[in-house]
Amino acid sequence: MDTLILSRMQFAANISFHILFPTITIALCWFLLFFRVRFMQTKNPAWDEAHYFWTKVFALTFALGVVSGIVMSFQFGTNWPGFMQKAGNIAGPLLGYEVLTAFFLEATFLGVMLYGRGRVSERVHLVATALVAFGTTLSAFWILALNSWMQTPAGYEIVQGKFYAKDWLAVLINPSFPYRLTHVLLASTLTTSFLMAGLSAWQLIKGSATNGSYKAMRCAIIAAAIAIPLQFLAGDAHGLNTREHQPAKIAAIEAIWHTEKGAALTLLGWPDETQGETLHGLKIPKLGSLILAHDPDAEIQGLDAFQRAHPPVAPVFWGFRVMVGVGSLMLLVAWTSAWSLWRRRGDVRALPRPLLYGLSAMSLSGWLATLAGWYVTEIGRQPFIVYGLVRTTEVATHIAPANVALTLTAYVLVYGLLLVTYVGVLKYMAENPVSHAPTAWPAQPDFAEVSP
Amino acid sequence: MTAGWSTLLPLIFMAVMGLALLAYVILDGYDLGVGLLLPLADDAHQDMMIASIGPFWDANETWLVLGVGVLLVAFPMAHGIVLQALYLPAALMLIGLILRGVAFDFRVKAPQQYKTFWNCAFFTGSLLASVSQGWMLGSYITGFDSHWLGLAFSLGIAATLPAAYVLLGAGWLIMKADGSLQELAVSSARRVLWPMGVALIAISAATPLVNPEVVAKWFNMPELFMLAPVPICCALAFFAIRHVLHNPRLVRAGYGWIVFAATVLIFVLAFLGLAYSIYPDIVIGRMTVWDAAVSTQALNVLFVGVVITLPAIVIYTIFMYRVFWGRATALSYGAFADHSAQAKEPP
Repeated sequence: MDTLILSRMQFAANISFHILFPTITIALCWFLLFFRVRFMQTKNPAWDEAHYFWTKVFALTFALGVVSGIVMSFQFGTNWPGFMQKAGNIAGPLLGYEVLTAFFLEATFLGVMLYGRGRVSERVHLVATALVAFGTTLSAFWILALNSWMQTPAGYEIVQGKFYAKDWLAVLINPSFPYRLTHVLLASTLTTSFLMAGLSAWQLIKGSATNGSYKAMRCAIIAAAIAIPLQFLAGDAHGLNTREHQPAKIAAIEAIWHTEKGAALTLLGWPDETQGETLHGLKIPKLGSLILAHDPDAEIQGLDAFQRAHPPVAPVFWGFRVMVGVGSLMLLVAWTSAWSLWRRRGDVRALPRPLLYGLSAMSLSGWLATLAGWYVTEIGRQPFIVYGLVRTTEVATHIAPANVALTLTAYVLVYGLLLVTYVGVLKYMAENPVSHAPTAWPAQPDFAEVSP
Repeated sequence: MTAGWSTLLPLIFMAVMGLALLAYVILDGYDLGVGLLLPLADDAHQDMMIASIGPFWDANETWLVLGVGVLLVAFPMAHGIVLQALYLPAALMLIGLILRGVAFDFRVKAPQQYKTFWNCAFFTGSLLASVSQGWMLGSYITGFDSHWLGLAFSLGIAATLPAAYVLLGAGWLIMKADGSLQELAVSSARRVLWPMGVALIAISAATPLVNPEVVAKWFNMPELFMLAPVPICCALAFFAIRHVLHNPRLVRAGYGWIVFAATVLIFVLAFLGLAYSIYPDIVIGRMTVWDAAVSTQALNVLFVGVVITLPAIVIYTIFMYRVFWGRATALSYGAFADHSAQAKEPP
């Protein structure tokens, strides 16, 4: 294998591992803020308990996000040196602003948010939590602005092979950015909601649930039930946007080999790129055009219109189907749970057992859908790194393949260990919520302001 | 934009990058030093040691992201050369930082029987990270020389930097702990002080050998005279540390912070000396800051961000240190005695 493919595998491994954790923390921090506010309003210790348990999850998840994120900042230069050399004038400021405005904010106030209670007033603690939540979301804003610019570049000019920004607002608010940001923030909400509902359901099954679990579970089910239809709408809008700006990606997603009017929708099948057709395709006539263009007779460009410049079909085709499949399952489970909860006047303890098992099984469904979605959009950008302008092959590193293979193996081993441990620890914490609580915390007479 | 500004701007970013990396080395240096001291302590002390750095490590590590980030965004040409040349040690450092970072949480959140494993990961991660950082620094100074002299030099720094981190970590613990943990910190600092001092002198003496251009910069009149305060202050700081470490009375009287402060001073002086030696190159002997910089237009955009956010970052970092000022206490996510036990309702 050559350096290019190994570098791509390594980058994919790193970014796939990394995205799992921000996907949870971005939304989880807003949940934590909500729990705090509710506790301050109601003085009901159950809210504080929910806050306590999910703060532990947050701390763990955040740590994994940070350490894997640092790897990313090195990999741009080590494996894709050409990217920053060509597009550095645009990518640089976006990444720089992410570090300056978001990373320090979240990392610094995280300390106060996690360990500051009793050292700062409740209000200062709340502000710290809000700043961490704002920081994580801001970080998503900057990195998605860059990612979207790579998908739908705008506001630039090219002089002697290098990009220069002509209009920063156009760079930032590039055509796919509003859609992608909405789609990703909703994905984060769903991932966290299903994790929260799933772990709480597991606690109910195992008999380790607390009053905090009930509160968290109710919130999570309601959030999921609201977010999932919005996600379908956002996904549809994003699809229309992609058809306009990246038609080759759409052709690959739907495995449309030839440009045609009134294209059928292939539900399932086996895209065979060498033969240029989908084997064993299960098709519904006209539905493809209807979904992609909101018009049953619209013309959809096929892969034949993009010779040598379209992504590999099978991974994009399958990634999309996994994402939509998991999304549909989420819709089913979230609405069933919400309806069931409403019927039982919000008492999560009365939820039927099969539903609890269903929710538990869906705990990590958000990860699956998020990863599948990212594969669609990132593999769908190939063979370009900046869509239509710079090919991935042009920017790859010259490091010896053996070195990349070595580090790839090391990263995969470490990530494997961490992933297994993370999931194991989540399960363990859910089953033993009490044994991890602080036992001998000195009583604070009052919440003093910052003590010297 | 005038020509003067476009000449100055890359220098400003070089300074920002240098200061970010210096901040990283000092701030995460004490975290890593505490990690290196971990195996010497018993279980209760280990918890307290990690509690003393728990609220800080994440923000401390972010300075590395800023330093490498500035290298990446302001000097992409240099970023490519430097990090491709340091590919394997950088990967090793990252794996070390990953292990150390996750061990903070896993050691207390995983089932009890795995705690020893994650303590071990905490130490191993700290060791891997600090040794690779030393190696990377040495390799950078020699201009990625792969002859035996260059490798020996890199190896020397790879061994010295962890020792310096241990001194920083011990200095931190002297301030944040008391009783037997403080005594442990003092005795560890005492043990590592002389080897570190000797190694620093050896490195300073070897630098002209591996990098002849440095000789001209230092050993000429009047430069030699002007630069004399650097080694003199280093020596003063060294003996100040030694004095405090050998007089437990001083530590008990509240002068223990001198160990940390003087170690920081040594780091700052070494940094200034290094910066002076390599200026104005960013890849020694191959590329100056101006060759490596991105367009003035992009740097201007970044400059606005730096001017606004960097002071804000410094201010809220100081706020955070004030919140956790004084002796470390056991870490807890809640201010109250835990109520999950009594609040649990019967099913």
